[in-house]
Amino acid sequence: MLDVKAGDEQSFGLLLQRYRTPLVNFLYRMVRSREQAEDLAQEVFIRVYRAREEYVPSAKFTTWLFRIATNLALNSLRDHRHQKLEISMDAPLTADAEDGDEKPFEVADKHPTIEQELLEEDRKKMIRHAIEKLPEKQRAAVLLHKYQELDYAEIAKILSVSESALKSLLFRAYESLRVELAPLVARHGAK
Amino acid sequence: MSCERMESRILAYVDGRLNESECAEVQKHLDACPACRVRATEFSSVSDLLDELPVIEPSPAFDMRVRARIAAEPVQQSWWASWGWLRPSPRIAFAASMLLLATVFVSYRTDNIAPPIPVDQADVEMMQDLSVMEDHDTLSNFEPLKELPPPVDANGPDDDQQQM
Repeated sequence: MLDVKAGDEQSFGLLLQRYRTPLVNFLYRMVRSREQAEDLAQEVFIRVYRAREEYVPSAKFTTWLFRIATNLALNSLRDHRHQKLEISMDAPLTADAEDGDEKPFEVADKHPTIEQELLEEDRKKMIRHAIEKLPEKQRAAVLLHKYQELDYAEIAKILSVSESALKSLLFRAYESLRVELAPLVARHGAK
Repeated sequence: MSCERMESRILAYVDGRLNESECAEVQKHLDACPACRVRATEFSSVSDLLDELPVIEPSPAFDMRVRARIAAEPVQQSWWASWGWLRPSPRIAFAASMLLLATVFVSYRTDNIAPPIPVDQADVEMMQDLSVMEDHDTLSNFEPLKELPPPVDANGPDDDQQQM
């Protein structure tokens, strides 16, 4: 980032290359729309670029980056809350694919592979919905902890909470996930 | 360790983020507490389930779109650039020097090229003789002299009156 601050365009390209996938995934799991996640990820990079001259390396770059991303995601969720509610009330029963496009359920073929795929898809859908059902801040905490593997101090800074408050957030989030995913957890435990 | 204190450590234990002594302490509690043991196992299962979600790749046009937006960003100008007209410039310095030189040259020329006023020697002597000047002023502006009747012409008005 210091090279970007010094005006090195190539270094910005490296930042883009390194962080675009984690950012898009984090944002996608936060807002549940691939298109929106990409728009928000672009906005994160634009903000990083705009702020490059004022950047002071007082914290880790990832902390700063995910703080921008989290704030954008939380704002976007607040802005789209009503819109989302209206859509879900009118939406037909569908199984959404991982890419975020809504696809209607297809009648299972007797072919075992297709059946297996459907079960897999159902399982992933259940996990995604369990994450989606978490309160926004708990969701952000779980995603940053689980998928970005940031330490507690960094996540606490990103979410503007104390470390003990973060541990409490994570504990409550995992308790909710344990309940929500109980059938899968039981099967997993039986293995 | 109590079950309440376990709340802040159980996830770190499951993720392997505790140091050796903390880990031993938690392990000791889990050996004695079936409820926390179940919770720890289930948290571990939840963590494994979260790993099942696939990673998505950004669309191929992602970088291009970011770069296009950056290219469309207005160029950031420093405070110095916004006051650019004050920036030292060779052209401005040259123009200022030329103006200064021209001013000095013109004032010098004005002092030296003023033509001498021709003065008559008699006038100079009269101006130097103050008493004559004073008498001249007194006589030319003496009011009682103006009130006197005009001098009588020997062949003038009397002849006219006689003819009438």
